[in-house]
Formats: sequence, structure tokens, C-alpha cells
Amino acid sequence: MSSDVAVVGFAQSPCRVREDATTSGVEMLVPIFAEAFRACGLTKSDIGFWCSGSSDYLAGRAFSFVSAVDAIGAVPPTMESHVEMDAAWALYEAWAKVLTGEAEIALAYGFGKSSGAELRRVLALQLDPYLLAPLWPDSVSVAALQARLGLEAGRWTEKDMAEVAARSRAAALRNPAAQVSGSVAASELLARPYVAEPLRAHDCAPVGDGAAVVIIASAARARELCERPAWISGFAHQVDSGSLGARDLLAVPSAAGAARAAGAGPVDVAELHAPFSHQELLLREALGLGDGVAVNPSGGALCGNPMFAAGLARIGQAARAVMSGRAERALGHATSGPVLQQNLVCVLSGEAS
Amino acid sequence: MRAPLEIEFDYTRSLGPVLSQFIAGLAERRILGARGADGRVHAPPFEYDPVSAEPPASLTEVGPEGTVISWSWMPEPLAGQPLAEPFAWALIRLDGADTAMLHAVDAGSAAVMRTGLRVRPRWAERPAGSIRDIACFEPCDGPAGTAPAAEPREVTPGLTVTPVRLHYMHTASPGETAYLRGLADGRILGQRCGVCGQVYVPPRGTCPADGVPTSEEVELHQSGTVTTFCIVNVGYPGQKVTPPYVAAAVLLDGADIAFQHLVLGCDPGEARMGMRVRAVWGEPGSISHFTPTGEPDADYESYARCL
Repeated sequence: MSSDVAVVGFAQSPCRVREDATTSGVEMLVPIFAEAFRACGLTKSDIGFWCSGSSDYLAGRAFSFVSAVDAIGAVPPTMESHVEMDAAWALYEAWAKVLTGEAEIALAYGFGKSSGAELRRVLALQLDPYLLAPLWPDSVSVAALQARLGLEAGRWTEKDMAEVAARSRAAALRNPAAQVSGSVAASELLARPYVAEPLRAHDCAPVGDGAAVVIIASAARARELCERPAWISGFAHQVDSGSLGARDLLAVPSAAGAARAAGAGPVDVAELHAPFSHQELLLREALGLGDGVAVNPSGGALCGNPMFAAGLARIGQAARAVMSGRAERALGHATSGPVLQQNLVCVLSGEAS
Repeated sequence: MRAPLEIEFDYTRSLGPVLSQFIAGLAERRILGARGADGRVHAPPFEYDPVSAEPPASLTEVGPEGTVISWSWMPEPLAGQPLAEPFAWALIRLDGADTAMLHAVDAGSAAVMRTGLRVRPRWAERPAGSIRDIACFEPCDGPAGTAPAAEPREVTPGLTVTPVRLHYMHTASPGETAYLRGLADGRILGQRCGVCGQVYVPPRGTCPADGVPTSEEVELHQSGTVTTFCIVNVGYPGQKVTPPYVAAAVLLDGADIAFQHLVLGCDPGEARMGMRVRAVWGEPGSISHFTPTGEPDADYESYARCL
């Protein structure tokens, strides 16, 4: 029996503020399930395992993911699971299910409607509940503390950060799912005001609503579903200390460790889940990505960061680069928790092992 | 249809042996840290040494003054944050500590803030047994902010209460919107799946069996059958009906899925599967409860598929 598993399908909804959408994600999921099924020639009954990533805190209601199960048509009952984090971790669970032979084809999906909540405040609740969350340190302010540490240590400049944003926005012109895109010079971005000094709006991912889906299959099925499957050659995740003040915020050992554990090696394309511009710079270094690597050709999270779906979408975009033949090897990265606390790396290859 | 939704819940958390000492120290205006196996002092203290995994042998006093090692500026403070006027978030290394503490600095202006700034705690007027017993930090070279004498109040040692207040703009789906507007007109509206023909009420927007959008609107009868029920005997905060009372799954005539509602107007002991009930309208736009119609009970077969 082969232990090879491949990504065979990916779809994502356009990321934008959707006043019409509910927090259940159903409206965003139904069309992208249909799109992914169509591309692979599958129906819902072919899926042996489903796993979702979403958050009740973002949705503002308990067991919100249960409503999303309507989108999968779970009658008769099906094998289903959920993670209260980015759906990249749902994909990890799905991958384990296929590896263990419990399912041949599995589907991971993530969704989040950030526009209905106060995202900066909701994310304060993922901090240490004893000594941090009671102060409501919002996600943008906490990221700004990290950005300043790097600025004052000489690791990057505000111009470097603006250049990440400008390059991402230009790349996103080719990504119909992007929320933000455009041709803008870094110098123009630097003339704009601070949102949370030293961060400006372009340094922060936009708040938007969206969903993503990735379908994976065992070696026995992958080739019949996809002309050029994106074989998962490594998949790992690690976490750093939850103590913000005790952690070196300019090192991302969990990202470097996950890349090592996944056997990352040289890649052509890397899709990094960096919700703040300086975090792309940190991740490039932690993951050892050289200048020859195309980083975030989709525009990345800075151009669309649907909560609980954006990390999965990075893996989907990396897989798409392999499936389309644009890349031989690609890396998809996802993050969870405050300021890159937890990191996941999925390495995809055009060749089965 | 959209409407604001406010969610409030207070967490009462056990602090455990280490943080209990730390929080108790704040009430005495002392900040405690813990020395790790590598000699580094963590403030706030660790519960388990990140190097040796051992709990701290004892806690050691640090600060209370410290040095800003990074900061960001909050021009428009958000609800719940330590200060209502613009302030700085800062990582503060307290004197004698090797790690940093995240808190707010009341600097007045971003121009005052810099890495290396010396700050001191401004203690809360009344300790409440939480990290907020430090109201914020303030520059050492500036005037002292208001820090009245401590008036300890009743706090439960070992526990900390964290209020959580979240605000949402909740959006009802098109199906839910039609349902709610129907209720306003005294009608109960559902939707039929175009594939399997099942009628769902309240409308789900998507057929859970087929995973396809449902759009055909169906008006339901206002009578139905109790498929199953429970008798609520437990009180809880905010409860509107006095226990014991009946919460039932009601299958409206013409629907293929039961929905939960109250059954009032009979002794709870009379509630039974198959009981026929009808809607009783309450405040405009809402069904107050269901009440028995007095009709003969429905055959088990008529609702067995919905159990």
C-alpha cells in the first residue's frame, strides 16, 4: 500500500465584506464545494471524511460549525470532524485519515465571517486568559509590537514592509479571490497614516469574509481525479510558547521546526500565511526561502485573509501551482495564534515519492 | 435582515498556585516573578519552567519600575482596553526580570513613547483580584496619574473573574429573513428542497440531505405534533418560564423537520409523543408557545421518520 496522498482539488470564495452572508458559512461554501467537485468529477458521496476549521468566537454563536454541515449534505450520516482553528489544521487531520486508510478521499474546508465581528477584539481572546486577555490587547496592536522590535533591531525597515505590501497587491491583480489588489508604489503607501504605529493599513491583512476547500486523495485515487496531482511530500506543525513576553518575537522556531519536520528543501513557490507585512519577512528567513522562490504569487494574506480559511487557501494555492505545472515543488504555510505562535508547513510536489 | 448582537459572559477562572500568589501580590502593590532553571527571571511568573518543566520553587519580587522594550500606539482604544484615551501598548521588562510583560502605558502622546522609556505601574484604586489591579503603567519622569490608596474589597483568593463583552452585527440568511418577516405577519414559512422535496422550517437555506440551496417558499400549518419532549426541572439565570415545563420538538403539519418550542397549557405530566398542539402567538412577530389542541394523538408512523 502506498502512503502517498495528494491534493487533487482546491477552490476558494472571493474574499470580501459580505453583508448578505451569515456566520454559518453555508452561503460561501455551497458554491465552492460545487466548483471543487466539478473539477475532480466527484460528488459528495465520494468524500470519505470531512473536516472543517472555523470559530464560534468569530461567529458569535455556539456550535456554529454545525450549521455549516448543511453545506456538505450530511444525510445519510458521514464521517465529519472540526478544528477550532485555521482549516489548514483540518487538512492535517484529513491527511492523517487518508494515511491511515480510513478514507480514500477527504475534504477540508474553512470559513469565517470576520466583518460581522470586531476581529481585533475577538482575537484578543486567543491570548493568555489570565494575564493578557483581560486587557483586550487587540491583534493589530500586538503585531505592531513585533514589527517595532524588528525595526529597532535593524531586521527590516518600514520601506521593506511597504514593499512586501506593494508586491503582494500587484500579484493579487491576477487572483480573482483577492480582496485588495492594485499597482501602488511603496513610497505612496509610506505616505499614508499609521493605524497602530508602526503599522499602516497596508501592513495589515484586510478584514473580510471568505471560505476555502481542499480535496485530497490516496495514491490509488489521485491520478484518476486530477491530471497532475500535487503530492504531499511533507506535512508538519509546531507551536511556540503562549507567553508573549517570554518568547523571542523575532524568531519563529515553530515555523523553522515545522519546515524541517516536513523536509521542506528547495521549492519554486511558497505561499505564506503572513497577516502582517513584517511577518512575511520573518517567515522567509525562518523557512530559509531564497530570492529565487516566488513568494505569495496569489497576493497572500495581505490581500485577503478570510479567518480560518486563509491558511488552507495558502496550501490550496501552493497545490494549484503544482497541479498547473507552474511549480515542481511548492510550500504552503499556515499560522494560528498571536504573532506567528503556531505554524504549519505542507510541502507539495509534482512527483510522487 | 441584520441586527446588532451583544454577547456577554464572565469567566471565573481558578488561578492555580503560582498565579494566585502573583495576583495576591498585586493587591499589596508588589509584582512577583519566578526564577527559572537557567537563572532567568520571568515576570509575570511561569507556572512551569519552560526549560526544566518544574514549578517555581518560590516567587521573587521584581520592579515595580521597568523599561519599555517595544511599543505600539493605540489612537482609538477599543472597548475593554485599560484606557479610554489614546495610549501605548508596551512590552515592559520590569527591573530584575529577563522577560517582558504586556500592558498599557498612559503616555498621553505617541511622541512621549520610545524604546528604553522608564515606566512605573499605576495601581488600580481597588484591587479586584485580576491583572487589572495594575490599571496601567506611566512614564517615571512624568507626573503621577491618579492612584488613590488601595481599598481592598472582597475578592475570592485563587479565583479571577474575566468579563467578556463581544459585539456583532448578526445577519439572518434570506430564508431566515423570510421566516422572521412571516412571523411578523402571523405566518410560519418554510422552504422546500428542489431535489428531495423535504420541507424545512425554519428555512435552512441549504438542504442538509442534498447540499443544494433551497428557495421554494412554503407556508406551514400552525398546528403540529410533538415528536419528542423533555420536562425542564432546572432553573437558570434569565429563565422566562418557571420550571417544571415542557420543551418539545414540534413537527408542524406539512413540514419534514421538527423544531423546538415550549408546550404550555397542560400539566407537564400530560405531555407525550404524538400529542397534537397548535401555535399560540405572543408578542407581535413571535410564537409564545404551543398548546394542546385536544385532538386525538397522531399515529406514531406519521412522525417516526422525524425522530
